[in-house]
Amino acid sequence: MTSPATALVLSDVVKEYPGGVAALRGVSVGIGRSEQVAVVGPSGSGKTTMLTIMGTLERPTSGVVHVGDRNLAAVSDAELAGLRAHEIGFVFQAFHLQEAMTAVDNVALGMLYTGESLKRRRAAASAALERVGLGHRLDFRPQQLSGGERQRVAIARAIAKRPKIILADEPTGNLDSTSGGDVVSLLHRLAADGATLGLITHDESIASGFPRRLQMRDGEIVADERA
Amino acid sequence: MSLTGPEDLSRAPIGIARLPVRELFGTALAGLATRRLRAFLSALGIAIGIGAMVAVVGVSASAQANLLAEIDALGTNLLTVTPGQTFLGNNEVLPAASVPMIAHMQHVDSDVAIYQVSVADVYRTPLVPAAQTGGIGVDAAGENLPQVLGTSTASGHFLDAIADRYPEAVLGAQAAQGLQIDQVGGHVLVYLGRTWFTVVGILEPALLDSTLDSEVFISLPVAERIFQVRPHPSEIYLRASLNEVKGVSSLLPPTTDPQHPDGVQVSRPSDALEARAAAKGQFTTLLLGLGAVALLVGAIGIANIMVISVLERRSEIGLRRALGATRRHISVQFLTESAILAAIGGLAGLLLGAGATEVYALTRHEPFVVPLYALIAAPAAGFAIGTLAGLYPALKAARLSPTEALRV
Repeated sequence: MTSPATALVLSDVVKEYPGGVAALRGVSVGIGRSEQVAVVGPSGSGKTTMLTIMGTLERPTSGVVHVGDRNLAAVSDAELAGLRAHEIGFVFQAFHLQEAMTAVDNVALGMLYTGESLKRRRAAASAALERVGLGHRLDFRPQQLSGGERQRVAIARAIAKRPKIILADEPTGNLDSTSGGDVVSLLHRLAADGATLGLITHDESIASGFPRRLQMRDGEIVADERA
Repeated sequence: MSLTGPEDLSRAPIGIARLPVRELFGTALAGLATRRLRAFLSALGIAIGIGAMVAVVGVSASAQANLLAEIDALGTNLLTVTPGQTFLGNNEVLPAASVPMIAHMQHVDSDVAIYQVSVADVYRTPLVPAAQTGGIGVDAAGENLPQVLGTSTASGHFLDAIADRYPEAVLGAQAAQGLQIDQVGGHVLVYLGRTWFTVVGILEPALLDSTLDSEVFISLPVAERIFQVRPHPSEIYLRASLNEVKGVSSLLPPTTDPQHPDGVQVSRPSDALEARAAAKGQFTTLLLGLGAVALLVGAIGIANIMVISVLERRSEIGLRRALGATRRHISVQFLTESAILAAIGGLAGLLLGAGATEVYALTRHEPFVVPLYALIAAPAAGFAIGTLAGLYPALKAARLSPTEALRV
């Protein structure tokens, strides 16, 4: 199951929260390198929990997670942080941009924990903003940008370090359909460079644009469709 | 699924999450910069605490330095010779010959003897009841008493040749106050041992031996004539050459009374005064305690501000964790923020305290002194206490679950 071609493997993953709430009830899925996967399902179906476990922000209650060929059970918390710093990029529905920072500094923040110098991080940030089409907005602050532009800054932050895995949790949730569509096609384009893309959405039209779709319900994957 | 290329790194070691020190400071400063007013106010708390403590230490040190300077100006080479007690507890008597003996000693620059006139008391008028002596004593003294003691007359002049023949008196500073005489202009008399004495002078306070302030001085010839005082000195003051004070002081007992050198006491008044000055210079514990309370309040302020900051910045904390920050990175970031606040507060407090001391010293015309230990200890204490205050919020921030923090 952990062939070099897989980027992420979840084997019988269960996640329970205190109080006995089971967010995941035994999820097994393998995602290949450079694969683009949409995760769909009603709210409360465990989509976000699966994404945070894939993104190493949380450990499963039971089951095994592999990132590449590494079994995360054998990896320390500090190493998980290293994995996130170097190999995983997140995009959130709420953008989570720092209001006091310019676009370029927000993007440079995405590489802060790689240990790169500020100069190199800024250079990479400028390049990433160019790639998302915001080369003319480097010194704008979030409140000076539109919603779609803010999400593109957040995407630039996720991809500036050239991660192997990009995980996006409802990236279009706060956007109108036009800029939402723009953001998703941007993610498709960026991930085509070789990164694995996992994206949560409840928008069927967005999900239909993905070559693979995981349907979730009540903490389980109920359908695994490929185009 | 795509094929893996030679750049496949899945078996490669995991990159380390790092936060270089420079970036840490940049991050912490940026965190404070977005909340300037709050940062300023919480640093102010520490500054006031440290400032109060530095001022307490500085003001006492300045006052002490001033006192020591005054003592130095009066000279530390003054020695006093007094009769001690015999083996059986009786008071010794200094031989009359001791005065010329001491005057002839090597390295004795000047000397003066005092003879107690125990039979006489001083009153403003004969109508004052005899019991109301006001604690004023009468002494016979040589003409050069003010010179040897490093004092002078506040009004009039000291005893001179005329006083050897006529009943004239000079009042010590406190004695003059007790008798309610503040100047000698005109014809001022005191009723001294049933005889009217003319007051010819009032002395300034004698800092080196304040017991003389409550005395009234007359000349020895008059004391011998009117009160039958025997020429046994009750106290001899002398100035030794500056570098010979120890040698002179050890030779004084055998010179004063060759037969009973044990019955002679030699002391150096400046020693006692310096010890007293040192004791006076000790900052009062109460004031220092108040400063400590202010500092504690400042530290609580920092803790409070950081706790609020952690609550407000939950999403930032979650984001940083998602971007690869370890728990340690988060706690160190918040700890650094409070450490910076504390360091700024400590340094500002040092300046504040030093400034207060300077103002005090200027208005009192005293030397400006802030002890070296305060220069180092004050900012260090502020830094340590403020950092300690930031410890709990920092750990709280590190314990936040990243997914919960991101949900905000």
